[in-house]
Amino acid sequence: MGSLLMHPSAALFAGAVLVALLRGAPRSAFAVLAPAVALYLAFQLESGAHWQGEFLGMSIAPFAVDALSRLFAIIFSLMAFAGALFGLNQERRLELPAAFVYAGSAIGVTLAGDLVTVFVFWEAMAIGSTLVLWSAGSELAYRASLRYLMVHLFGGMLLFAGVTGHVLDSGTTTFAAMELGTVWQGLILAAFLVNAAAWPLSAWLPDAYPEASWSGMVFLSAFTTKTAVYVLLRGFPGTELLVYVGLVMVFYGILYALLENDMRRILAYSIVNQVGFMITGIGIGTEIALNGAAAHAFTHILYKALLLMSAGSVLFVTGRRKCTDLGGLYRSMPLTAACGIIGALAISAFPLTSGFVSKSMIGQAAADGHLFIVWMLLAAASAGVFLHAGIKFPWFVFFQKDSGLRPPEPPWNMRAAMVLVSALCIGLGIFYEPLYGLLPYRVNYEPYTGFHVVSQLQLLLFSGLAFFVMLGWLRRTLTISLDVDWTYRVLFPAILRRIGAVLERGLRAGSALSIAAARGLERWARYLHGPQGPLGRTWASGAMGLGVMLMLLGFLLSYYLV
Amino acid sequence: MSTRRLWQIFILVLVLTLAAQPFVDWHPHFAVEKLFGFNALYGFLACAALILVSKVIGFVVKREEGHYGEREPAEGRHDG
Repeated sequence: MGSLLMHPSAALFAGAVLVALLRGAPRSAFAVLAPAVALYLAFQLESGAHWQGEFLGMSIAPFAVDALSRLFAIIFSLMAFAGALFGLNQERRLELPAAFVYAGSAIGVTLAGDLVTVFVFWEAMAIGSTLVLWSAGSELAYRASLRYLMVHLFGGMLLFAGVTGHVLDSGTTTFAAMELGTVWQGLILAAFLVNAAAWPLSAWLPDAYPEASWSGMVFLSAFTTKTAVYVLLRGFPGTELLVYVGLVMVFYGILYALLENDMRRILAYSIVNQVGFMITGIGIGTEIALNGAAAHAFTHILYKALLLMSAGSVLFVTGRRKCTDLGGLYRSMPLTAACGIIGALAISAFPLTSGFVSKSMIGQAAADGHLFIVWMLLAAASAGVFLHAGIKFPWFVFFQKDSGLRPPEPPWNMRAAMVLVSALCIGLGIFYEPLYGLLPYRVNYEPYTGFHVVSQLQLLLFSGLAFFVMLGWLRRTLTISLDVDWTYRVLFPAILRRIGAVLERGLRAGSALSIAAARGLERWARYLHGPQGPLGRTWASGAMGLGVMLMLLGFLLSYYLV
Repeated sequence: MSTRRLWQIFILVLVLTLAAQPFVDWHPHFAVEKLFGFNALYGFLACAALILVSKVIGFVVKREEGHYGEREPAEGRHDG
């Protein structure tokens, strides 16, 4: 039980309480201290199941560690630290405690040795992230957070059904690699893919994340999708279906990002694209592919956070979010621009950045497996990443035209967070051995060969040529692009309204008919039994005597005739 | 620096990445990579194709802002 205090989530949950209660300098101190302690604990984690117990007659292991879970616990803690530093001056007081609950729950999933614990933290993540969205405080963010919550509660429901069936079937709660044998594993996989933003259940991400505050999206980008990558790495390595799911995500992300005008929605689509690379790697399932997917999740969290910090800084100082309203900001925000460019180079996997040492392993895995088409598609997608995120984002925000805006650089804590993460993005690109040392399998891969470097530079720089040659085609317009969320924002409500209208009309017709019938009955009863009705009015006694005589006559006649 | 000069530098860098190819130990994964400058050509064509496909998709899915009947996001959360 005492060992639970060594759980990195404990530090974050305690931090959430303290940050919610305190004000001023102590609040700031605990905001950076809590994730720093979590990071320290994550580095200290030793392999093995540290705590086991019983819950409703099921054995649970809420604190189990191996190389894979340690890797994700480290990057999640590091991200909580960088995000807290960046968001120190956020005026919305709910955001940081919510983000700590969110990050702590994500770490809870990565250290869960059983599916019951996975489910509990899975739901806690949904609540923490919804609160992060909510705390942005705008009407748009509120509505987006409700749609977001609906999708994730649906995912949670799939997970609950899947885990229940799986536990009853297999008799064990242990979270280990599964075969896609029965409907239960299918449900678990579907729940994981909802959180991974796999198409077509991907639209929640670009719908909701860009409505978060300037600091909120930095947190949101890191945990939900990468926790999904973690559980897929542990639960479904080598599931062939994931290769196709991943490839669809990769291209869907690029194509929608190319159409987008909102700078943070470009980056949101690019999250789907990057997670697609990881899921393809998980689907390939060899040791180098799984290492590549895990390493790519690690580096991606950092450079995506850096890109969103850069975009968040622009939003913070200008209040604008559309490419059409921005441009030329490098003049007055050189540091923010430089950090944005470093993030852009890293996501594009330029040599000497973190993306290069991680993504190239996934391509190598496809080549080693002689998966020619997969390899060709991944190469095309790598070119496309440079196109939609590597050039498009910095170009339209910091260069392009002169928008006339001369905003200052953001406050010191935001600059410090960006410089820290920039240093990590470059540092991991050069000194990659420590990262390779944390990966689940032994690495036998050398990223910096002349062949890798030159072929990657050719691919990327000629993609850049395509961007500038076709720049006229990429001009931003004041438009949005319909995505799958259109079905549940417009189509399904319209269908329901139509069904409702038909039902209402039927109901109204039915009630009109029954009212008419009741009226008729009433009229008839009134006619018969009313004061002047045939049965109700007073009859003269002579008339009654006549009636009786007629009856007796009828009786007599029938007696004779029969 | 003029746009013209930037283009000249960019094209020089592009030529250099191609020129470097014969000088490095080239060990292609697949036969296509043996072609000189395959990655350069493929990167360019892939991007051109992606831009074209996104244009076509755009004709179908692009809508005016405010399509969902939501008002504009509040501008200027911070006055800088």
